[in-house]
Amino acid sequence: MSNAAPLLEVRNLRVEFPTRRGTLVALDDVSFSISPGEVLGVVGESGAGKSMTGAAIIGLLEPPGRIAKGQILLDGRRIDNLRYEQMRRIRGKEIGAIFQDPLTTLNPLYTVGRQLTETMTTHLPIGPAEARRRAIEWLEMVGIPAAAQRIDSYPHEFSGGMRQRVVIALALCAEPRLIVADEPTTALDVSIQAQVIALLKRLAREKGTAMMLVTHDMGVIAETADRVAVMYAGRVAEIGPVREVVKHANHPYSAGLMASIPPLDRRVERLAQIDGAMPRLSAIPRGCAYNPRCPKVFSRCADERPDLLDAGTTRAACWLYALEAPHG
Amino acid sequence: MDQAIRRFFDSDLWFSFTRSPVTIVSAIVAAICILGAVFAPWIAPHNPFDLASLNLIDAFKPPAWTEEGAREYVLGTDDQGRDVLSAIMYGARVSLLVGISATVFATLLGVSLGLLAGYLGGAIDSLLMRICDIQLTFPSILVALLVDGVVRAALPREVHADIALFVVIFAIGISEWPKFARTVRGSTLVERNKEYVQAARVIGVPKARIMVSHVLPNVIGPVLVVATLNLGLAILSEATLSFLGVGVPPTQPSLGTLIRIGNDFLFSGEWWITIFPGVALIAMVLSVNLLGDWLRDALNPKLR
Amino acid sequence: MFAFIVSRIFQALPVLLAVALISFAMFAYVGDPVAIMLGQDYTQAQRDALVAELGLDRPFWVQFATFIGNAAQGEFGLSYRLSRPVADLIAERAPATLELAFTAAALALIVGVPMGVYTGLYRNSWPSRFFLTFSLIGVSLPTFLIGILLILVFAVWLGWLPSFGRGDTVALGGWTTGFLTLTGLKALVLPAITLGLFQLTLIMRLVRAEMLEVLRTDYIKFARARGLPNRAVHFGHALKNTLVPVITIVGLQLGAIIAFAIVTETVFQWPGMGLLFIQSVGAADIPVMSAYLLLISLVFVTINLIVDLLYYAVDPRLRIGRGKGGH
Repeated sequence: MSNAAPLLEVRNLRVEFPTRRGTLVALDDVSFSISPGEVLGVVGESGAGKSMTGAAIIGLLEPPGRIAKGQILLDGRRIDNLRYEQMRRIRGKEIGAIFQDPLTTLNPLYTVGRQLTETMTTHLPIGPAEARRRAIEWLEMVGIPAAAQRIDSYPHEFSGGMRQRVVIALALCAEPRLIVADEPTTALDVSIQAQVIALLKRLAREKGTAMMLVTHDMGVIAETADRVAVMYAGRVAEIGPVREVVKHANHPYSAGLMASIPPLDRRVERLAQIDGAMPRLSAIPRGCAYNPRCPKVFSRCADERPDLLDAGTTRAACWLYALEAPHG
Repeated sequence: MDQAIRRFFDSDLWFSFTRSPVTIVSAIVAAICILGAVFAPWIAPHNPFDLASLNLIDAFKPPAWTEEGAREYVLGTDDQGRDVLSAIMYGARVSLLVGISATVFATLLGVSLGLLAGYLGGAIDSLLMRICDIQLTFPSILVALLVDGVVRAALPREVHADIALFVVIFAIGISEWPKFARTVRGSTLVERNKEYVQAARVIGVPKARIMVSHVLPNVIGPVLVVATLNLGLAILSEATLSFLGVGVPPTQPSLGTLIRIGNDFLFSGEWWITIFPGVALIAMVLSVNLLGDWLRDALNPKLR
Repeated sequence: MFAFIVSRIFQALPVLLAVALISFAMFAYVGDPVAIMLGQDYTQAQRDALVAELGLDRPFWVQFATFIGNAAQGEFGLSYRLSRPVADLIAERAPATLELAFTAAALALIVGVPMGVYTGLYRNSWPSRFFLTFSLIGVSLPTFLIGILLILVFAVWLGWLPSFGRGDTVALGGWTTGFLTLTGLKALVLPAITLGLFQLTLIMRLVRAEMLEVLRTDYIKFARARGLPNRAVHFGHALKNTLVPVITIVGLQLGAIIAFAIVTETVFQWPGMGLLFIQSVGAADIPVMSAYLLLISLVFVTINLIVDLLYYAVDPRLRIGRGKGGH
């Protein structure tokens, strides 16, 4: 969408997990890009590969998972094949990460101040005193009251919402240009979720930080993201501007997903649902992975796998948008 | 019976057994140890307790494969001309007897008290568990030593010699019951709140009957695993006590006794008198332990 | 902090009292101390006199209180076997056992923890596999066999190290130490390895298991995601979290070291409390046994207290009520 050179570019990414019973393909042919300052929402059911994509970008795939094909480029420079030490210098400094559960993301034995300062002194040319001053600033910025006193508190002395604010400060404190936020609000109370998302959105805009926001909460996406990628069974099903995908999804799966969001303005007797379940990684069907559940399935869907095709307002991996007329 | 055998070979247990080479080797080693011990009087090449057959000329013969070894004494002979291999087989018999008896004793005691504590709760529960806690603070070998020492002091010397074997069994059993009691108490606490127990209580089944015929069968599974793992420990405890000279009486030497006796000749170079019983002890304990580990993992992957 | 210590001491008291009761019951009721003290021939009058002198005619609780009072002053009566004050016997032997136990514990910790960290971090490397196999042997071998094997190899075959005794010792006040002489140090090597090996392998396996567990946690992943160097992640974040459970087990194992010193001291004829104890068990020497039991439980309780304090130092979650805001 954006005309600027992309900050992050993922090209034909394929992640495999070798297991005793054969190789599982967790991600296949995933491509997308994020421009500087842009927020890309990534949605899909559990197990669709959203978090896996995030882990691949920050170079922390769980072994034995590995990138089997494709490239990840940051500022046009490949980062998927870097050595551990080179990638470590990028993590935190260029790409920050926010995890799902703030209760388990912070080390319980260190004060939040120590965790902030060690992150900053690792990546920035500043001394401990300066780092501590900035740590207090960051805690204030993420809305921790009495930051100067709370800096020496341990994580267990904060509530879940406050801890996620600390995690956000930790992700941003070395001023990265991209944040990979993996379900940052899922583990929080509903009343806190909106606050944390608003904070994240505000800080990203102030600092000009781009963000890959992984979530299954369509409300968060609609409110926060510029563009959205819908994932299904380890592939991108559809990608496009958030307004288009939410209102006029072109891929039958995205359409089904959007239809299952309860509308706020009228009562409905029954929510729409997609029949069946997403296939397990070991049993992904031939052709389009969605074909057994797709209401618009036709013969080609069961034989060939569609790439992302131009569907007008968005790009969708669906044979409905093949240039030649659907045959069959 | 036929069907039961078929069911066993179809079971997960048998499957996981055939898939683990370490377990198969352990089972073979354990079987050799146990069979050799049980049938020692019939298959041992010599009778080490038959004084008439002992000849001091045969004393200190090294193992058969060395230069001075004699073919009839495969693992050599000790200071009195006893065949080391035969002594090991008879000794393993005593070790196994004490180990199994002590484990059975600890199991019976632990299961009964654990069942009582778990089912009755209240003051009995607190008291029993407090005792467990205190006892578990001390290593079991220390408890066994103390019990052995106290019994030794309480009994006249002549009486003690006759029942020394039972004293050792008692001492080791006492030192290990808390593990069983804790396991059973834990599962009993879970079972007592299940519907079938409540149903039995509602229709007026007596407490003792509920405990024995309803709860017990459902809590016994983990106990079998703990017992198997405990067997190796009990054999080691016996060996340690006997090595320290306070275990089984010298008239019925166990592997530990043999090691202690042989230890005196280590310096004069007759290493085989002590090393071979040691190897036998390790083989027996290690194979039993590995079998126990396997059984634990195969029966319940979650039980650590 | 102070309240914490006091509460822990109060929790330990029932254990000590229970052990004291057992000790006393052994002392007072097992065997016939009067007959043992008087020897073969005595008259009823002699017997009555001794019973009165020992206070055996007084009520149970009075005797128990007297026993505790005496024990607190280190007064445990005479050894039946050696006819000397038990307190003197133990005081003579304690330095040998404590030096041995200390060396063994230090060995187990200094070697066991780094090996555990290494095998946890690089679990598929070949040194890790070697250490693990080695540890399986360490866990399965009974202590006395390890001692015998070490004696056979290093004392009998190679002749490098002595196989029994403490070597030359130096008296420092009431304490005799083997740390200051060459023979003393050489004599310490084999017993310390024998006693420490089991604990070493146990600590290694424990640290490894905890390390593997901790490395899987979110906060370690997050520390990596923040781009912290491996050294900080492994030795700062991971190892410190590993310490919490390790401290508990190590504390318990220190107690076990003192208990297993009985076996090691027997193998190496090490003149410590354990050897004294085992000789007393053989001879049914009740005063020594009950004194040893009390002393050992005191040591255990002290170790538990230290463990609790270390816990408190390592894990901030235990420091409740520090007056730092809270939730």
